[in-house]
Amino acid sequence: MRVRQVRRARQHEVEPGARRCGAALLAALALAAGLAGCTSVEPWVKPYEREHLADPIMALRGESIAATYRDHVFETREGSHGATGAVGGGCGCN
Amino acid sequence: MAAPRAGTRGVRLPALLARTLLALGMAAVPALGGVLPEDEADVMYHSYSGGDITVEGPSVLIRKKVGDNLSLTYNYYEDMISSASIDVKLSASPYHEIRKQNTFGADFLHGKTTYSVGYIHSREPDYVADTTYYSVSQDMFGDLTTITLGYRRGWDNVYRDLCAAPHPTNEECPAIINDPTFHQRADHWGYTFGLTQILTRNLLANLNYEIDTDQGYLANPYRQIRYQSPGGPGFTLAPQVYPGTRTSNAASVLLKYYLPWRAALTGSYRFYHDTFGITGSTLETDYMLPAWKGWIFDGSVRYYTQTHASFYSDLFPYANYSNFQARDRELAAFDSWTLGVGASYEFQVPQAPWIHKSTANIRYDRMMIDYKDFRDALLAAQYGAGNEPLYKLDANILEVFLSIWY
Repeated sequence: MRVRQVRRARQHEVEPGARRCGAALLAALALAAGLAGCTSVEPWVKPYEREHLADPIMALRGESIAATYRDHVFETREGSHGATGAVGGGCGCN
Repeated sequence: MAAPRAGTRGVRLPALLARTLLALGMAAVPALGGVLPEDEADVMYHSYSGGDITVEGPSVLIRKKVGDNLSLTYNYYEDMISSASIDVKLSASPYHEIRKQNTFGADFLHGKTTYSVGYIHSREPDYVADTTYYSVSQDMFGDLTTITLGYRRGWDNVYRDLCAAPHPTNEECPAIINDPTFHQRADHWGYTFGLTQILTRNLLANLNYEIDTDQGYLANPYRQIRYQSPGGPGFTLAPQVYPGTRTSNAASVLLKYYLPWRAALTGSYRFYHDTFGITGSTLETDYMLPAWKGWIFDGSVRYYTQTHASFYSDLFPYANYSNFQARDRELAAFDSWTLGVGASYEFQVPQAPWIHKSTANIRYDRMMIDYKDFRDALLAAQYGAGNEPLYKLDANILEVFLSIWY
């Protein structure tokens, strides 16, 4: 029976994987910021070519107050959560 | 004192609350590298109705710049909950309650970097949650790429309500108080990584990864498991026992394409897995079409599926069958479809020239959940415990809101 195989989780420790992931994310940001400062990448979509992308219908999460309400509705009824995306590449609080 | 308020939090699991707060907090502070959010005010009425639960209430969002580099945000959100769900009917009595949430946020822009901080406080009679969040967004590579890193921390206080006055089990308790012998804590940590990439002049991509850890009292203090026993309906109820920690990983990809006739097509996929043993997948597509002057219409289809938690069972074979035991519907295996339509109308407010844009919006979603291993235990006397029909939940979700930009 599967339920018998459950092991008692440690009650008072943060998962080591979570800590490692946090450190990895910080390292990724530092690396990305460094790359941005040290390299010169020619944009293949020029600023004047972004008219369509600036159209309000291209906003990644639409009307934010409504989009986050929908996230709330789903999260309270599903086992999954997180990584729902946000404007500009993800707010720090998914 | 009488027995526990027999209620169940039919609309949420405590362990999910902090993430819910964060989701709502995001409405207040959508970080954008290199650009501060516009000054905006929203007023929304929201309603959820399904499974004999009604949740409705207002939400107000105000966002205002202070100088060129700072934007402040305040959001008030309220849930008025009325529940007589299947969980309540099985082991509890109907209840009404209100949850109020306040969010304070700030975005600070420095060059192509945006720093965001926020604080969220949520209070309901038996659950108080405080959360802080921090993020940094950086535009790079000619503003084609935006990278965002975030961290959040949550502290929850979990209480359990009692009914202090005798009352019939199928009627609402007239005098609810906190159980003085029950006070638990739950802590939350979350780390997020986001990347938005302009791929072509018509195509955007958005990647997100999130790892969360919850620690403490993660169960719902009202819901119960059931195990087989002779006599009566064929089962006996007993408390749930959850593990003390949960770590989850979620990754998503979203593509949004601008169509030649001025319409937007979105497709997204999310994969989820956690240490409870739940694996979930979410697929969603959305089509947004501006029509005649001022109107934008929207239609969406969302499919979600998940496996059950390793310690979940609809009916355990006997008491104390395993060290962890749960029967929360949210931990069961199920599929769901959600179909949504919406409309937005942009109009001018002639008496208020300082408002440069205003919209009236309405959206309706129909959610249909088919549980694969959660049965309608209320029918045990008719079918026998473990042989009841599988439970289904259909819900109507409505949002009506006004937005102004100034």
